Amino acid sequence: MEFLRPASWEEALAAKAEHPSAVPIAGGTDVMVEINFDHRRPTHLMDLNRVRELHEWEVGDETVRLGASVPYSKIIDELSAELPGLALASHTVGSPQIRNRGSVGGNLGAASPAGDSHPALLAAGAEVEAESVRGTRFIPVEDFYTGVKRNALAEDELIKSIHIKKADGPQQFSKVGTRNAMVIAVCAFGIALHPETRTVRAGIGSAAPTPLRARAAEDFLGAALEDGGFWDNGRTIPPAVAREFAELCSGACNPIDDVRGSAAYRRRAVGVMARRTLGWTWESYRATGNGRTTEGGAQCA
Amino acid sequence: MRVTFTVNGRRHEADDVWEGESLLYVLRERMGLPGSKNACEQGECGSCTVRLDGEPVCACLVAAGQAEGREVVTVEGLAEYAKERDGSEQTGDLAPVQQAFIDAGAVQCGFCTPGLLVAADELIERNPQPSDADIREALSGNLCRCTGYEKIMDAVRLAAARADDSAQEVV
Repeated sequence: MEFLRPASWEEALAAKAEHPSAVPIAGGTDVMVEINFDHRRPTHLMDLNRVRELHEWEVGDETVRLGASVPYSKIIDELSAELPGLALASHTVGSPQIRNRGSVGGNLGAASPAGDSHPALLAAGAEVEAESVRGTRFIPVEDFYTGVKRNALAEDELIKSIHIKKADGPQQFSKVGTRNAMVIAVCAFGIALHPETRTVRAGIGSAAPTPLRARAAEDFLGAALEDGGFWDNGRTIPPAVAREFAELCSGACNPIDDVRGSAAYRRRAVGVMARRTLGWTWESYRATGNGRTTEGGAQCA
Repeated sequence: MRVTFTVNGRRHEADDVWEGESLLYVLRERMGLPGSKNACEQGECGSCTVRLDGEPVCACLVAAGQAEGREVVTVEGLAEYAKERDGSEQTGDLAPVQQAFIDAGAVQCGFCTPGLLVAADELIERNPQPSDADIREALSGNLCRCTGYEKIMDAVRLAAARADDSAQEVV
């Protein structure tokens, strides 16, 4: 094995072009597990820790440009206003030690269907900036996941940053596991209300071969909210609408039975999380005065 | 390959390091610092917790080459690290958090203790008066298979209270 230590992004791209089988390593929270357990013996290991811009982020007008190696702990501490869903998801990653090292770039590189950041990225709306010596591509995150632990990167490409839409409304994230810390998701759910476009986006994790958007559920809810004038009148979402949204989210799943949970359980749990997180975000939307009425009663999860 | 980095304030060098080797392996097997424990090798248990440029990390998940030129603090250097940080004239060989673990009876088999000490010390450094929820969160990546968590909580509360007392004495 050879250990590559590029000092700059340009050097990293050149090294990846020269050694397409090189495995990039940033926080190491996935890659080192595979090496420690002898599941992987790459010809080259490429340390990205010296590439400074990968650890930087920039808050723009519409989006946050998040360097691929920015650790989860920084997202939680610094970006929870702009990226509330991703910050919530980040908080459920591993433990403090893991959150100090792991990053969204790593989550995307590994492309595990159970990666915690995926539902939040899908719900917020994001593009992956992939670069090689040949040039730069912006890949919508929903097109980035191509299979179980497979992604859209070409072999000479590296993830430079993730461009994530800044929140224009409440966002939530929910995850099922056996305890609060150190848990791989049995299944996970992210939701983002987008009052500016009067749309809702929903991302599902660990309930299909890839993370995915619940598009039928999004379309149904968007139409129901529009038809009922809910964005303007801020009324409580009728239980029948929330229920239908939940069922459509369950229906979007294509899960398997495995050691962490059964397919039937995952489908059911995703529906429950969809209903609850919709309730939380909608209450939050009403509470911030975006909706006009103050009709009483908290939405029941 | 050769790797060079600072451990507990001293420059250490190791030769013939395999490129896929972890920082934990280098510390334990090549630098004679077996305080950081090797258990799960997948970041689940926290027994190998060290500070890397100040941040608590699992040493089993850091490639040795990634530590090149950086600062590592292990449990072996915790007392010295705490002494310099706190500017205290504490006597004895133990960091306050280590003494608190002894006094609270927070050590059973002792395997998880080094990782917990490093994590707990960092918590009190960052948050001198942690709530119980803060302590649980900070230690959520460290498993104790003797399940001695209540005494560990007591120990961290004790260490924080003592730090608070001595801070007031200085005032």
